[in-house]
Amino acid sequence: MSALHQATLAELGDLIARREVSAVELTRHFLDRISALDAQLNSFITVLPERALAQAKAADARLARGEGGPLTGLPIAHKDIFCARDTRTTCASRMLEGFVAPYDATVVQRLDAAGVVTLGKTNMDEFAMGSSNETSFFGPVRNPWDTARVPGGSSGGSAAAVAAGLAPAGTGTDTGGSIRQPAALTGLTGLKPTYGRVSRWGMIAFASSLDQAGTLTRSAEDAALLLAAMAGFDAKDSTSVEAAVPDYAAALNAAPEKLRIGVPKEFFDEGLAPDVASCVREALAEYERAGATLVEIELPNLHLSVPTYYVVAPAEASSNLSRFDGVRFGHRAADPADLLDLYERSRGEGFGAEVKRRILTGTYVLSAGYYDAYYLKAQQVRQLITNDFARAFESVDLIMGPTTPTPAFELGAKTADPVQMYLNDIYTIGVNLAGLPGISVPCGQIDGLPVGLQIVAPHFGEAPLLAAAHRYQQATDWHRRWPAGWA
Amino acid sequence: MTWETVIGLEIHTQLATRSKIFSGSATTYGAAPNTQASLIDLGYPGVLPVLNAEVVRMAIRFGLATGCTIAPRSIFARKNYFYPDLPKGYQISQYELPIVHGGHLDIELADGARKRIGITRAHLEEDAGKSLHEDYHGMTGVDLNRAGTPLIEIVSEPDMRSAEEAVAYMRRIHQLVRWLGISDGNMQEGSFRCDANVSIRRQGEPKLGTRTEIKNLNSFRFVDRAIRFEVERQIEVLEDGGRVVQETRLYDPDADATRPMRSKEEANDYRYFPDPDLLPVVIEDALIEQLRSTLPELPEARRARLGTQFGLSDYDAGVLTASREVADYFEAVVASVPSAPKLAANWVMGELGGALNRDGLEIGASRIDAAALGGLVARIEDETISGKIAKEVFEAMWAGEGSADAIIEAKGLRQITDTGALEAIVDEVIAANPSQADELRAGKDKLLGFFVGQVMKRTQGKANPGQVNALIRARLK
Repeated sequence: MSALHQATLAELGDLIARREVSAVELTRHFLDRISALDAQLNSFITVLPERALAQAKAADARLARGEGGPLTGLPIAHKDIFCARDTRTTCASRMLEGFVAPYDATVVQRLDAAGVVTLGKTNMDEFAMGSSNETSFFGPVRNPWDTARVPGGSSGGSAAAVAAGLAPAGTGTDTGGSIRQPAALTGLTGLKPTYGRVSRWGMIAFASSLDQAGTLTRSAEDAALLLAAMAGFDAKDSTSVEAAVPDYAAALNAAPEKLRIGVPKEFFDEGLAPDVASCVREALAEYERAGATLVEIELPNLHLSVPTYYVVAPAEASSNLSRFDGVRFGHRAADPADLLDLYERSRGEGFGAEVKRRILTGTYVLSAGYYDAYYLKAQQVRQLITNDFARAFESVDLIMGPTTPTPAFELGAKTADPVQMYLNDIYTIGVNLAGLPGISVPCGQIDGLPVGLQIVAPHFGEAPLLAAAHRYQQATDWHRRWPAGWA
Repeated sequence: MTWETVIGLEIHTQLATRSKIFSGSATTYGAAPNTQASLIDLGYPGVLPVLNAEVVRMAIRFGLATGCTIAPRSIFARKNYFYPDLPKGYQISQYELPIVHGGHLDIELADGARKRIGITRAHLEEDAGKSLHEDYHGMTGVDLNRAGTPLIEIVSEPDMRSAEEAVAYMRRIHQLVRWLGISDGNMQEGSFRCDANVSIRRQGEPKLGTRTEIKNLNSFRFVDRAIRFEVERQIEVLEDGGRVVQETRLYDPDADATRPMRSKEEANDYRYFPDPDLLPVVIEDALIEQLRSTLPELPEARRARLGTQFGLSDYDAGVLTASREVADYFEAVVASVPSAPKLAANWVMGELGGALNRDGLEIGASRIDAAALGGLVARIEDETISGKIAKEVFEAMWAGEGSADAIIEAKGLRQITDTGALEAIVDEVIAANPSQADELRAGKDKLLGFFVGQVMKRTQGKANPGQVNALIRARLK
């Protein structure tokens, strides 16, 4: 048995069930590690010791009464994009530096109800806009595998915290790869469910038609445990889907022997680092050895996914972020001369450069005279990409490929060139545009840095997706590797 | 030079739902500022809109009543602009695919002729809040109680040719939305207001002239005045060799004039795009059919029916169908006194209408209910009391003194029909006025009225005038 902080949620749940550790002890263990070690990573924006210990005590009381479920008493960290009542919720922006949410996000409320303990709120790219966690107003997050490198983004804080053993698991959100990409770069399992599977209520919107909440964990099994508690229809979110939530944990061992795996040739293009390609090929060979068939498929419009995304997402963001105007909440400029001055300075001071870039881009593509050429065209291409995936799933069960073109890069390496930064999400973005579930699982290392295998399933195919990831993790131990210095 | 006026109206009608269009907050008017604004109405980070299904049903009812096509699939869009009383920085509205389109409504012109006005479309949207610029020491207050109130915006074709037609159309829409029960139509509270698009062109010119839009007219009188002023203004501009500038204008009732809004207020590019937080509104035929089957008889049809069924003039039938409540009231009166529909109509339009007006009441708050008024009409019809006495009984009923029969009994107002008793009174009157009696006998017929009046006076109006007339003639001729 590894140390407490290296254990999976499932293992910690067993310890709790056998009364070998209490929720309070577990919570203290992680709070201690955060306070001792997080200065090196900057993975938390707000640590919540009082709230966490109160929840842990309540969980212990529930367990003592013989109540509670598989998650009761287990600590996790929430990305600071989820509103939690009476708790500061910043979205890593100066705009919300002092914002205390008056209500719970559905994700927070459901996990609270399951007895989960919230250790704190994790760092992220500002308003989830970024792929390196360098756009945070609270400073960049560092990758525990090499603190000179980024952990990926936008859910970089949750990724770094879990990878370093500061939390057993974390929540994230994925708009264009923001869970899968940091999971790949930090050696974690990152699940982005189907669009509509998890309620967006209380999750501060970046791009509403793409945003989806998910998990960063040490294993597919842990992802299944958390998803079971998070998923399901929510009357407060019109885009959440009224579909039954299967027993994901029970389905873990139900992967079919004769899995047909689609391998898009577009995933193995010239932008993919050759050593990343080898790791992914080796993972695919592992599936073949287990009885799966690899089928080369085509996603002919996938190469258009990055430009399409960078029209659709900024368009929605430009509108979603209009509510931050200095009037009712958030940053307000001092002594505004008039209304225009209030708007201009509150927003000018409150938003960082990347957020401003996307608001400007989004405003431009929606403007009279440009709408048809950009926004409407992008929606049409989005439909083509969705159709590509649908056609592929007529002949395969799952699609597999790399999560990212390269392993973690150094801080500052891409900040000067936004397009290079955007290309980091080239393999993940199409999945968001099509609304599909995807997962990244660790499948190798290059020079001591983790590499991720991405698996994509048809809509609401989380159960087979998790089962395929779980089967791989039964046969390999990449997901149990540990960064040097953090044991 | 003769000019033709061309007018189209955009009427904003508040839908009479209990809660807002995208949140559960109440829509009650007049609450303390910001007490009816939930986190959704305030546009808090992370909140999401959920469509109130009742709003959709109301829009479909409007569409059915105006012959519109109900869109099987319509889309909510975001209209983006910054203003302190617009919490999200965008208004959720409908743009490219409105919920209903392509209908019409007939208006009645001054000469009684009917004219059909096209309805281009009607779409659903949320209202904004209210900015209060007074009483805050130079600052602006924001009240978001109204933010998120459901509106249906009804857009007409440019089919109206005068201010009178525009007002007639607006009144018909006002009547209809109240008739359907989808709006209270309260104009003081802002539940019913309109923007008027006005242009002029030379008589016979097929092309439309440049239009101006007069915003936010909240009374029939202002619509009338604003259009009249604007038409005169445009004629003057064109006849002076100038050209009309397409712009948004405001009507100032104090100056009785329109003036341009500051250009900044209208320089918006609203950047409409489909709202990704809301699914398309999909309307099944079954719902349309269910709502069609529960649609009330519409004003025009009911007016025609009242005319034929009860032998009323078209004018009277029109007055009695001014609102569904009046028509229901009238028909309830007739139901309790089926033999006297015209008498019932006269009493509803006359005494009752007058009393309601005098006390500033809607018919729903009438102090006399329809069955009670029917009871009174029945006593006139069966000659228990005269029309004149009936007015006295009506006032007593209005004052809450009981039913017609109880009041007639208590005050002894029953008409005297006993010939013997009346003969005695007639004799008394003749005895008291011997010279007039002689003159009448001599053929001075106009004195007949004098004698009838004297008898009525002695009976305190309770005698049947016809009967008295006959008795006097029998005695004196």
